[in-house]
Amino acid sequence: MSASHAIPVSNARYALYVLVLCVFASAAFYGVFAAVEYPWNWSGVWQYRQQFVYGWLSTMGLSLVAMIVSIVFGFLLMLGRRAPWMPVRMGCGSVVEVVRGSPLLVQLLIGHYIIAQALNIDQPLFTGIILLGCFEGAYLAEIFRGAVESISASQLEAARAVGFSKAQTYRFVIIPQALRRALPGTTGQLVSLIKDSSLLSVIGIEELVQKVKIMNAANFAPLEGYLPLALAYLAVTLPLSHLARRLEGRFAYET
Amino acid sequence: MKLETHAVTKRYGAHAALDGASFTTGDEARVIALLGPSGGGKSTLLRVLGSLLVPDEGHVSIDASMLPHDEDGALNERRGNGFVFQGYNLFPHLTALQNITLPLREVHGMSETLATQRALELLHRLGLAGHENKRPSQLSGGQQQRAAIARALAPKPRLLLLDEPTSALDPVMTGEVLDVVRELAEAGQSIILATHEISFARKVADWVVFLAAGKVEESSSAADFFTRPQTDLARQYLEGLSRYR
Repeated sequence: MSASHAIPVSNARYALYVLVLCVFASAAFYGVFAAVEYPWNWSGVWQYRQQFVYGWLSTMGLSLVAMIVSIVFGFLLMLGRRAPWMPVRMGCGSVVEVVRGSPLLVQLLIGHYIIAQALNIDQPLFTGIILLGCFEGAYLAEIFRGAVESISASQLEAARAVGFSKAQTYRFVIIPQALRRALPGTTGQLVSLIKDSSLLSVIGIEELVQKVKIMNAANFAPLEGYLPLALAYLAVTLPLSHLARRLEGRFAYET
Repeated sequence: MKLETHAVTKRYGAHAALDGASFTTGDEARVIALLGPSGGGKSTLLRVLGSLLVPDEGHVSIDASMLPHDEDGALNERRGNGFVFQGYNLFPHLTALQNITLPLREVHGMSETLATQRALELLHRLGLAGHENKRPSQLSGGQQQRAAIARALAPKPRLLLLDEPTSALDPVMTGEVLDVVRELAEAGQSIILATHEISFARKVADWVVFLAAGKVEESSSAADFFTRPQTDLARQYLEGLSRYR
C-alpha cells in the first residue's frame, strides 16, 4: 500500500542506495561545518550526559501524555463539528480555527501566565501537557473530520439499512474505516507533537531542549548539544513513522 | 400483504423525487415490482416503503398499519426489513461472514455461535461456500450482491427490498442474482423490487407499480400491467424495453 513498496527493488540494491545517500549526507554535513571552521568541543557536553538522558525521558513522557490528550480532544472536537446543534458546531469550529491559526508559543505564554494563574493552577508540567495536547488536538480534529467525511453516503445508508443506530454506525462502520484513512495524517501530527514539545521550555519545564540549552551555556559550546538533540528526536520519530507505515499495511483493504 | 401510500412527497432540495405518489395494491400482493424510467422515483419510493426514508408529506401503510415518521419508530421498522442496493454496499473492512454476523449480533441480539451458524447456512445456500472469509474486494460483483442478499435475509425480514440489484452486473452475474431472487419469491418471501429487468419482473412479480416523474402512473396486477397497460407512458416504456430483448 505505501509508496515505498510501489516499485520493487532487491535488498542488495536497497542497501547500496542507503549507503550512497548516507555518504552524500555525511559529506555535505562535514563540508558545511568545515567551511565555517567550527571549533568542536565535545568533552564538556559528555559530562552532561545524565542530564541529557533525563531531559530526553521527560520529553518522551510528557509527549506521550500529551498525545493521549490530543487524540481525545481532537476526537471530541471532530464530534462537536458534526453535532446537530449549531452553537456546538460553531463553538468547536472556532476553537479549531483559533488554535490552529495562532502560534503555540503565544498559547503557552497566555495559557500558563494568565489562564492557569487565574484558575490557581501552579503546575507548569500539567498546564504544558494540556496546552500542547489541545494545540495538536485541533489539527487532529481536522484530520479526523476529513477521514469521517470521506466515508461514502452509501456506507452510511447500508449502516441504516442493517438497522444500526447512530452510535452503532460510528462504532462499527465509520470509525473502523476512518481510522485507516486518518492514520498517515495522525502519525505525522504525533511526530510534530514530539518536536513541538520543545517549546514547553518557555514555561520552565525541564525537557530535553531546556537541558541542552543549559548544557551549551555551561560549556560555552553554542551548537554541540543540538546535534545529539536532533538525533534523540529522530530516534523516536523515525520508528514512529515506520510503525505507522506498517499499521497502514495491516489496515489495508481495497474499497 | 396490502401496501398503500397516500400522497407521498419526498424532496431533495427543490427537486421532488416523489411528488404526491399514491397507490394501493391488492390484498394479497407478495412480490411487488416498481417499474418506470430512470429518475422516476423508484429508488426513493422503495426507501420510503422500507422506512429507510421518511416522507416529507403523506403516509404509507402496510396491511392497514401506518409506518411511523419519528426516527426511533422508523429505525424499529427498518430493523424488520432487509435491503439490497444497486452498489451492493457491503462493509469493505469486514469479511462476507462478518458482514452478516455483525448486524445479527449487534442489532438482533443473536449470540456469536447462532449468528455464525445462520450466516454460514445462508452463504452456502446462495452459492458462496468457500468465500466466507473473503473481503468484498476479493469477490466478483455477482458474489458481492449475493453476499448482500444473504446479509439482508439473515434476520428473517418481513419484507425484502431490492433496489435495482442487477444494474451494476454483467449478464452472467445478473442471471446468478436473479436466480436467487426468484427462488426467494417462490419460497414465499415478501419482496419489493425496483428494476429495469422487465422480463424478470414479468416472471416473478404479482403486482406492478409504475412510476414516472415522482408520480404513480399505474398500479395493477402484473398480469394486467404486462398485457393491458392503461397509460401511454407505460405502453411506451414496455415497448422501448422489449425492443431488443
